[in-house]
Amino acid sequence: MGGVTADTVARAAATPSLPQPFAELGLTADEYDRIVDTLGRRPTGAELALYSVMWSEHCSYKSSKVHLRQLAPKAPASVALLAGIGHNAGVVDIGQGYAVTFKIESHNHPSYVEPHQGAATGVGGIVRDILAMGARPVAVMDALRFGPAPAPDTGRVLPGVVSGISFYGNCLGLPNIGGELDFDACYAGNPLVNVLCVGVMRHGDLQVAAASGPGNMVILFGSTTGPDGVGGASVLASAAFGGPAGAAVKRPSVQVGDPFLEKLLVECCLELFAGGLVVGIQDLGAAGVACATTELAAAGTGGMRVQLDAVPLRDPSLGPPEILMSESQERMMAVVDPGRVGEFLAVCAKWDVRAAVIGEVTDTGRLVMTWHGETVVDLPPASPAEGPVYHRPASRPGSQDTLAADDPLALPRPAHGAALRADLLALIGSPGLADKSWVTDQYDRYVRGDTVLAMPEDGGLVRVDEATGLGLALATDGNGRYCRLDPYLGTQLVLSEAYRNVAATGARPLAVTNCLNFGSPEDPAVMWQFAEAVRGLADGCAALGVPVTGGNVSFYNQTGTAAIHPTPVIGVLGVHDDVRRRLSIGFGVPDASLVLLGRTEAEFGGSAWAHARHGHLGGRPPAPDLAAEQRLAGLLAAAAAAGLLSAAHDLSDGGLAVALAESCLRGGTGCRVRLPGDPFTALFSESAARAIVAVRPGSETAFAELRAAHGVPGLTIGRVGGEELVVADWFAIPLGELAATHTATLPALFG
Amino acid sequence: MRIGVITFPGSLDDRDAARAVRLAGAEPVALWHADRDLHGVAAVILPGGFSYGDYLRCGAIARFAPVMSELVPAARSGLPVLGICNGFQILCEAHLLPGALTRNSGLRFVTRDLRLRVENTRTAWTRAYSGDEEIVVPLKSGEGRYAADPGTLADLEASGQVVLRYADPNPNGSAGGIAGVCNAAGNVVGLMPHPEHAVDPLTGPSADGLRFFTSMVSGM
Repeated sequence: MGGVTADTVARAAATPSLPQPFAELGLTADEYDRIVDTLGRRPTGAELALYSVMWSEHCSYKSSKVHLRQLAPKAPASVALLAGIGHNAGVVDIGQGYAVTFKIESHNHPSYVEPHQGAATGVGGIVRDILAMGARPVAVMDALRFGPAPAPDTGRVLPGVVSGISFYGNCLGLPNIGGELDFDACYAGNPLVNVLCVGVMRHGDLQVAAASGPGNMVILFGSTTGPDGVGGASVLASAAFGGPAGAAVKRPSVQVGDPFLEKLLVECCLELFAGGLVVGIQDLGAAGVACATTELAAAGTGGMRVQLDAVPLRDPSLGPPEILMSESQERMMAVVDPGRVGEFLAVCAKWDVRAAVIGEVTDTGRLVMTWHGETVVDLPPASPAEGPVYHRPASRPGSQDTLAADDPLALPRPAHGAALRADLLALIGSPGLADKSWVTDQYDRYVRGDTVLAMPEDGGLVRVDEATGLGLALATDGNGRYCRLDPYLGTQLVLSEAYRNVAATGARPLAVTNCLNFGSPEDPAVMWQFAEAVRGLADGCAALGVPVTGGNVSFYNQTGTAAIHPTPVIGVLGVHDDVRRRLSIGFGVPDASLVLLGRTEAEFGGSAWAHARHGHLGGRPPAPDLAAEQRLAGLLAAAAAAGLLSAAHDLSDGGLAVALAESCLRGGTGCRVRLPGDPFTALFSESAARAIVAVRPGSETAFAELRAAHGVPGLTIGRVGGEELVVADWFAIPLGELAATHTATLPALFG
Repeated sequence: MRIGVITFPGSLDDRDAARAVRLAGAEPVALWHADRDLHGVAAVILPGGFSYGDYLRCGAIARFAPVMSELVPAARSGLPVLGICNGFQILCEAHLLPGALTRNSGLRFVTRDLRLRVENTRTAWTRAYSGDEEIVVPLKSGEGRYAADPGTLADLEASGQVVLRYADPNPNGSAGGIAGVCNAAGNVVGLMPHPEHAVDPLTGPSADGLRFFTSMVSGM
């Protein structure tokens, strides 16, 4: 026997009434009874541990499944989709034999407990998801949301999160090509750390997460298994902080990352794939060995025998329950033909990656685990893998009406040039809109040498093929304020913005991933927000013709009864036919004429202006117009391909005012515009489906014809040039003053 | 011409260095840390990255890699060697270059496009530049602060071994604003900025870095 005596199946059968700590592990009495029914006896300690992590909200999607189910049937038919929802990540055909896989995931709760390691391991986890599909990870993005920028706790969380992403992503050699940074009181105590990874492969390289073929070996490779992260999924990510129940037992536990080992694991896996040495593969993330074995077995032939005492440990005192629940990082599990195990282990040795054969695939339909010869787990793998399904009560709270009635049109507005000027400067200096170099300078955007666009551009753009110029574009967007006002419309606005950001690089949007950050699903008001957001996403994707390929749900982002704003973060992937024709937001080319595309209405609900100038949130969000978004995207791609534009910038937070300021600063050139109608509305409204483009001198007529052909409204409002941002009749701001205001904020706050 | 690029465990910019070599008109040859063989290359590049995770000290473990037992004597005999970022750190740890790289004065990783002044155009890797020419190349490092004792710094300055100096405000607290140095013979050059990321305006801030590689190719 080893050092740890385990609760065996035989003992469980012999002691049916032994009290078990299911509640402390996050399982309800009903769920426990269901386990007993399935097994025909009480679960062993190891089985209880396995079920508790697999049936956690984080792993089982038990509260969200009934809503997420509409995504697949509502998804538009897409010839580009090679693998959709249900895989580790979706896979999209981008042409020329290339496929791209991408996904965004949250690491919110660990990042609050231990910002540096929490965020670092968030990067590591999503990178392994992409790797498990057979792709080489090529870039990451991070969408970050924190409490009020000046709050002392933000001063603890933000620098730690940024250093964690910097540490892990840089050391792994993945360029960080964009993301978001925003602040709102609702995220105090519940920061959102969402990380997206994208990978590239050839069509034939797609790997499967299934343990098929009886007799095939199961190999665990990468890091050793330790006590870190035990219960991370069931405790940290599946319950709100500060709850009284079991507070002493639910000791939060954050994993520690080793990006160097992950880099070796990436290269090792790619060499294993290239050698055809892998039958099936799964990354180990939340719920570790428990999740990898049950999911591989459930998706494959159906049975697996695992010797838990063969798992390499870094702490010899661990027993079966801890080994199953451990979330030690940088681990993968592969299914390998027994005749090729030698070659497999040789590749691992070349990369200094530890590997151990821990089991084999069987056709028994049972997942059986032994511990020094005694059976400690014996169950049908589909049972923990499928998990419970809850139809949680959802109801629209009455406070929505109060919120909607609080119309921002009643707010005092700037009435003269000096006031408009002051509001523009206040916006571009506000923490959510200020220059983000304090953050992004800590990230490597150059590594791999294929980054064509990165922050502060609208979207990231990565070259995939040096010979043809084929590339992929990505953008993430979220807007808790819009979604708080109306989760259905807000989610469509967020989707629209990410879609528009991708289009603004000159790429064609192809597919969608999502990270749904919400409060507690046990609160009917939150569940209503969630249901509305998912419905908005499904309907929006159908209208735009871009399928959702996968995603992640993060519930319990709340402290006590105060939930965060509903914050779906949407990632959109596009294909760029020739990255040499990319569009930047920078007004670089003098005398280019500026054309405002789209229609501007007086829409200020949830706007950056109302938030930054009045701390106001109320009214209706802008009206999404998905058909107009499609037409705008079509125009931008066509104009980029034809070389008619020198710059393009989507209009979103802060409207035209902020877009003009950003484009002037990015290109180092001023501009002079004359605004139609009410200058306040023209500058600060956040109407959707709009962009500002700079038309190359001489291409004005060609662009006007193209614009008319695509049915996009447009108005020439001025010209690029000079050293100032000039709004004729109202105000002028020298570029130096714009830059000073824009860049001073984050360094002043964070050092 | 064949130019070797060494891959250590944790090397990251090896692919970029190889691309720069190719764009300069030479053939990149992949060299492996565990292989005691330079495969007859005419010059060697130690690329950026985090060799061995930068555990212990940047470059401290890579210095003992088997390939280094071939590289060190070859470099002492005149083989042109370029160390970029982590490669520079390894060359210092291997005592092929004087001084050391320490934690940035701001204590944070810094990625920034910077103006640099090329102060020595006699080395194997900088011959294609004109004296005191200013170029724009990205810096990206957390431990890029060049340090050496006062005597060594004075010697470097006096003998013209400062190859590159930051022309923008010092980004990391490097002594004397030093961004790159060479050995006395001028065949071994180390620099913290990344010329391999400035070989094409499409993917970098300029193409100014390409001449490090063309210097090597056209000079032989």
